[in-house]
Order: sequence, then structure tokens, then C-alpha cells
Amino acid sequence: MIRNLLLSASAMLAIAAPAAAQTVVITNAKVVIGDGAGPVEGGTVVIRDGRVVAAGAGVAAPAGARVIDAGGRWVTPGIFAGFTRMGIVEVDAVEGTNDTAAGSSPFNAALDVAPAVNPKSSPLAINRLEGVTRAVVAPDNSRGSIFAGQGAVIDLGADMDPVAKPRAFQFMEYGEAGARAAGGSRAAAYAMFRNALFEVRDYIRSPASFADRGKDALLTRADAEALVPVVQGRVPLLVHVERGSDILTVLALKKEVPALKLVLVGATEGWTVARDIAAAGVPVLASALADLPESFEQLAATQSNIGRMKAAGVLVGIGTINQDEARQARWEKQYAGNLVALGKLPGASGLSWGEAFAAITSRPAEAMGMGAEFGSLKPGRHGDVVIWDGDPLEIGSSAVNVFIDGVEQPMTSRQTRLRDRYWEPKEGALPKAYQH
Amino acid sequence: MFRPILVLGTALALASCAGDGNHAQSASSEAGSTGPGRGKGYAHDPFPSTYRAYPGAPTLVTNVTIFDGEGGRIDNGSVLFRDGKIVEIAQTIEAGAGVTVIDGRGKYLTPGVIDIHSHLGDYPSPGVEALSDGNEITSPVTPEVWAEHSVWPQDPGFGRALANGGVTTLQILPGSANLFGGRSVTVKNVYARTMQGMKFPGAPYGLKMACGENPKRVYGGKGRAPSTRMGNIAVDRATWAKAVEYKRRWDKYEDKGGEPPARDLAMDTLRGVLDGEILVQNHCYRADEMAVVLDMAKEFGYKVTAFHHAVEAYKIADLLKANNTCAAVWADWYGFKMEAYDAVPENLAILEKEGACAMIHSDDQNGIQRLNQEVAKARASGRKAGFDISEAQAWRWLAINPAKALGIADKTGSLKPGKMADVVLWNGNPFSVYTRPQMVWVDGALLYDANNPKLRPVSDFELGQPGEGDVK
Repeated sequence: MIRNLLLSASAMLAIAAPAAAQTVVITNAKVVIGDGAGPVEGGTVVIRDGRVVAAGAGVAAPAGARVIDAGGRWVTPGIFAGFTRMGIVEVDAVEGTNDTAAGSSPFNAALDVAPAVNPKSSPLAINRLEGVTRAVVAPDNSRGSIFAGQGAVIDLGADMDPVAKPRAFQFMEYGEAGARAAGGSRAAAYAMFRNALFEVRDYIRSPASFADRGKDALLTRADAEALVPVVQGRVPLLVHVERGSDILTVLALKKEVPALKLVLVGATEGWTVARDIAAAGVPVLASALADLPESFEQLAATQSNIGRMKAAGVLVGIGTINQDEARQARWEKQYAGNLVALGKLPGASGLSWGEAFAAITSRPAEAMGMGAEFGSLKPGRHGDVVIWDGDPLEIGSSAVNVFIDGVEQPMTSRQTRLRDRYWEPKEGALPKAYQH
Repeated sequence: MFRPILVLGTALALASCAGDGNHAQSASSEAGSTGPGRGKGYAHDPFPSTYRAYPGAPTLVTNVTIFDGEGGRIDNGSVLFRDGKIVEIAQTIEAGAGVTVIDGRGKYLTPGVIDIHSHLGDYPSPGVEALSDGNEITSPVTPEVWAEHSVWPQDPGFGRALANGGVTTLQILPGSANLFGGRSVTVKNVYARTMQGMKFPGAPYGLKMACGENPKRVYGGKGRAPSTRMGNIAVDRATWAKAVEYKRRWDKYEDKGGEPPARDLAMDTLRGVLDGEILVQNHCYRADEMAVVLDMAKEFGYKVTAFHHAVEAYKIADLLKANNTCAAVWADWYGFKMEAYDAVPENLAILEKEGACAMIHSDDQNGIQRLNQEVAKARASGRKAGFDISEAQAWRWLAINPAKALGIADKTGSLKPGKMADVVLWNGNPFSVYTRPQMVWVDGALLYDANNPKLRPVSDFELGQPGEGDVK
């Protein structure tokens, strides 16, 4: 029964599959580039072969393109969700659908989320129709290792090819979660990191003679291999860290491994050491509205964290670690709007509208080293473009058209289907099961 | 809300008297005495509220957009409060002598936000094991535990809910691991040294019940009942059957005297529900399970005041309306567990459209800081789908509706003369993401002012810590 339903659902989706990329010109638009600037009225956006060709005022429309008159509506890059677990979880509490962590696996750093990403998982459709087009997808660690594995950058397109960049980064826990995983203390987490470093350097010296000690090793051959590009600075290391002093400890890792490309995740107390973060040139994917001391490593939590880090010169985008990150990237718009609201609050540090919007588009892409590919409407970026019926950060505004890689996306989800079925709750001439 | 329950309780009591009338009469004549009187066999309020309103200046807010909390709106209106009570709400009000006048131009005035579902204090920040006191997971049936005995009044979350969320009243519930989780407590959102110092004077208790995945998972995992949904209902019914018997014995004793029955603290709570004195606040997600619970309530003669979470309430909006049972829901949570899989963001709107009693809730220390935005989201989802509801009407979802479901609508929940002056002045339209509370009064006392750092609450826990007294 369940199998049949699934089959018929996927058959239906196949019919509704989006058209191939075409040249699209959006005219008469209130254009937001996503680079921190505010909107420009009367702008044009040109997308060709899946990429942005031009965007802004005074842009000429090429001939033969599909032209969409935006009628003065907002047109922006799609939301680039800075830290999520979307596409690797259908229902968190249903184990078989949850591919975030692997507590019984002998591997840690080697674990790669890319093959696990399911483009048909319902959070992708739900977030897509709210204007989220790209997401950083991270694995979660398990007891036994601070290393969670290799994350990916995905698109939310309605097709079978979700992974835009596999093995885009390694994710590591430090602070309380890292200490817990490593055996009970921050010292243990730190030792585990340094041990990994030695092992990886051994591996780099001589991959062939690297002794794989299997299950008894802290790091298998595959784990060591996965950490090579991290140590060599070819792949960023995302580190979840919250406490001010822990952030300094993590920044100091660069002294030991100069090539390390660090990105901080969470960073609730980042504002207390903002100048150090800025001086180290380390970007942050921060939780926007964390303002409670939910743990002893978040005592200085405040919604002004991002604003203060930004003011100190830190490159900071919004991430959503531990915030229903498997399914609610769409809330990032609301988070960004709240940061704008702080501007009216005496003593608080928020963001300008343009910077707040950049914090959910170009800044997280830049933090991942992918600013040239995603997160803005600058020429050459992927054609992830959204037309909105209002200010995209304001509650109640909706995405009207969503393009991913230049392809217009369907605007339905399980939720819209359920809503339509039950808009009139009472059964009609036949049971609800016949209403579809 | 409260009245029908009382009526039901009385009817039930009469019925049980009539059923064994002869018997009772003869027992009574044999004993030759009368009891202590109905409800007087034991203390019903052994931890009484010691909350006292703080002093406040008589205050008049003028030129302000008002949502009165019951669906009314006045543009460029005025509200006067004095001695802790709303005095007048009108287009224009004359400022008397000694009245503080606040120009509300460009701002909005509403009754304080009420959150019917919170775990502040019993699952406080920091979320450490030593302070996690929300679920007594040693038995699926624990109506004898009271959330108020777990509430830590130093939870920093209370201050955030006040300053960022404009929350002035909240119900703190036990968790949902148990079928019968225990009693809830309703508090004013005013820091105090003791729980009793926060306790909302005269608010009825609630009984937290839970359907579905949580009880069966927690106890099934321990190798005991319930391990299935049918097990949930079986244990529920067995417990209610005992409660009906307990009530019969105590009613008889209180009316007729004789030897008092043995006290059972769990059954005291359930007897309170059967008497309509305690309101059932029932965690339940799925439509079909809510329907089963409604029938179970009829079987044993109690009423479900509100289903909480109720992500599938939209599927049975008509049934909820017919049973006069409310639904307290999120705007857009979904999918984190199987029973939340069919959530839709139009849940509130469909309930409202069908005339059922609906409201927002947080169940979350972060969400409670933005319930106005949650209502804005729910309203927007409804409008997009074709059900237009005004901002003033939508404000009922966090004002009079939760007040009714908490049994305190005669005291707070709207800006009506004589009610508690629980008031929020917003620095813009509270349906906008760009708006924040500017001032919050509880019982007429100004307890938050965005312009005055001295009026930012700092709990004991945060004193002397990094970030003390910061904007949060």
C-alpha cells in the first residue's frame, strides 16, 4: 500500500518535472544583487544557460528570450542557507530516513553526505517554494569522534541531481559537543584534533604504507584520506564552537596548520572576541537570534552578535545549527528581518536591510569560498533567482517564481496538497482519499 | 470556556448522587452526620499565589493603533490604565491630573501576549540535566506531580519572553512523556524569588495529558505499558475509571460525612478535572487521535479544554468546533516526528475559517520571543490561500483565545475596562518582522522599557556572567 502510494507520487512528480534552462529576462524589477546593497527599482535580470548574465538598472534584454514582466516586484538571488541538514532527513525521529549521523560506523571524517542527499525529501520542496535555492548540508558527529564527515553544497531544484558540490567541507565539533564526543573534556577534543593531524601527515608522507588499524584506530585510512585536503587548505574545515575562549582556541589551530581554512559555525559568543576573528580572517556562519544561555558556552548570547561581529569586520552569514536545520532554512528570511529590527532598538547592533539580505545569500556563499558561484546576481553566478510579491524579509511575503540554475521550479509541496485537500475539512461525496 | 465545564461537572455529580441515592441516604442516616461540604475534604490550594502587582503610574497612551485582543481595532486611539487595571479604551481620552501620557504615534498597543504552552522554568536555560525537571518519566500516569514544583524562577527565558516577546502571562506545563503528565501552572511573567510569587492569582490548574508517540515510545522503551496507541488509550481509560470511583467516594464523604476515603494525590487531580475545576490541556498531533480522545472524555464526563500542537487540527476543525475544544498550534513546525508529518501552515487559518477556537503557542524558549511573528505567519498563510482575517482578529490568537483556554479571560487577555493592565506598546506594527516591544506593563507596572537599561530584567543566573544586562 505504502509502496504503491510512493510509486504513484513519484510518477506524478516526474510529469511535473521542470523545463530545461532557457534564456530568461526579468524586467521591471526591484532588483537586489545580494552583495549588501539595497534594492534598485526598474532593474532587469538576464539568465542564460543557467547563469546570471547581468542584473541591475540599464541592462539590455537579449532578443529571443522568455521575458517576464515583474511588475515592480522584488527580484533577488535565492536564499543560500548557510548551515543545514536538509536533504538528508525526511523525519528526524524516523531512523531510516535520518542520515545525519552514524553512531555505529567505524568511519568519521570519511563519511560523505553527498550520496545520501535525497532530492525528493519533502523539506526541499517546502523550502524551495519559499525561495531557498541552495544549502550547505553538514553531517552530524557521533560519540567517538569530533569529526562528523564531509558536507556538500546542494541546490533545491526539482530534479535528481541535487549535489552542486560534494565534499565541499569537513565538519567538526568543538566545545561541549566536541568534548562529549572525544571522551569527556575539551582537552580530549583538542588531543583528538592533534592526533588526527599527526595521522594525516603520516598519510600524506606515504599513503601506501599508512597502517590502517581498522576499528581500533581513531582514524581509519579513509578518514585520514578525507582530511588531507583539509590539512592542505583545499577544503574548508567548519567548526561548531560557541564560547568566546573556545573560539580563540580554534583560531589558534591555524598556528599549527597554517593552510587550514577555518569557518566557525554557531559562534554565539563571537562578539566577545570579534576583533580576533576578524584579524584571523575567519568567516562565521552564525546563529542569528540565539539570545539565551542555553548552555554554559553560550552565556553571553545576544541577538546583537551578528551585528557586532559585522561591525568588527568579520565576514558573517546566517547558519542554523541546532535550529531545526533539517527543514526550516526558510526561517532565515525571518531571522534576517529580525536583525534589521534591531536597528530600532537602543543599544542593539543589527544589520542594514541590504546586509541582512546578504547574510542569507552572498555572505554564507563567500564564507564557504563559493561567492563566485552562488549567492548573488553578479554576472556568472548560478541562475538562482526569486521573484517575490513583497519585501522578502517581511513576514507574509511569498516567492512567486523560483529559478534554480535558470530552471523555473514547481511551486507545490506535500503541504500545499494537504491544504487543498482539507481547505473544506468535511468529507464530500467521496472520502478525502479520492480528492486529489 | 470554564462555565460549560462546571455545568458538566455538576451534572455528573448529580447523576452519581441519583444513581446511589437510596444507598447514600441510608448510609447517611446510619452515620447520622454531614460531611465537611463539597470541595472541603482537603486543601485545593496548598501553594497559594503570593504575587502582588508592582506599583505603576496612571498611564495614558494616545494616538496609537490599538488591537483590543478580542478582535477590535481603534486607529489613533487611546488607552488609560490606573492602579493595575484598564480604565478606558476609546478614540480620545482626557488626561487627568498626575497621568503619564505617552504619545503612541506610529506605534501599536495590544494586550500582553499569552503563551498557553511553555516549559520555561521546568526546562530552563541553561538546559543542563540538573535543571531539567519537566517530565516525571518514572510512570506513564503521574497526575500527582505539579509543574509548579519544578519551576525555577531564575530562568533567563522569562526575561527574554517579556522584553523581546511582550509575553505577560504563560502556562507552564509538564512535558509530554506521560499520558497524564501532571498539573500545569499559570504565571504572570514577572520575576520573583519564588514560584508562588509568580503564580497567576485565581487561575485554574491545568492537567497535562498526552497522546501518541511520546508516551508509547518512552514506556514501551522501558518494556512496560503503553507501547502502542491502543495501549495509551487503555491506560487512560483505566485511570479515568479509577478517578470516577475516587470522585464518587470523596463526593459522598464531603456531602454525607463518615470515614474519609484514603487520599490519593494523583486522583485528587483527576477528581478536579471531573469537577471542572482543572482544565485538560492535551498534547495531541493527529486528527484521528484527537477524535478518540474526545469520545473518551465523553465516556468519563470530562472536557478537553484544548489540544496542544494539534498539527492535524485542520482536518477536524468541524469536530473541534462541535465539541467546543480549542486547538493551540505552531505556525509552521512540521516533520520532526512522524505525527508532525502532515502539518500545514494554514492550520490556524482553517480552524478560524471553520469557526473553531484556535490560538498560537510556542512550546519553545525561542519561539515565545516572537509569537507575534508566528501569528503574522499564520495569518499570511491563510490570506494567501484565500481566507482573509484582519490583524485585529488574528491578535485574538495570542490574547483572548488563550486567556479563555486558561480560564482567566475575566481577568486578562484583552484591553477591557476592569481587566489587568497587561499591555504592550510596540514600536511599529507587530505583524511586521521589523517591530519590537517598546514598553511592557504587567498589572499596570512598567517592567520593560527599550529605552531604559535599568528596566531590563537580569535573572540571578545571569548576574556576574558575560553579557549581564546586555540587550538580548
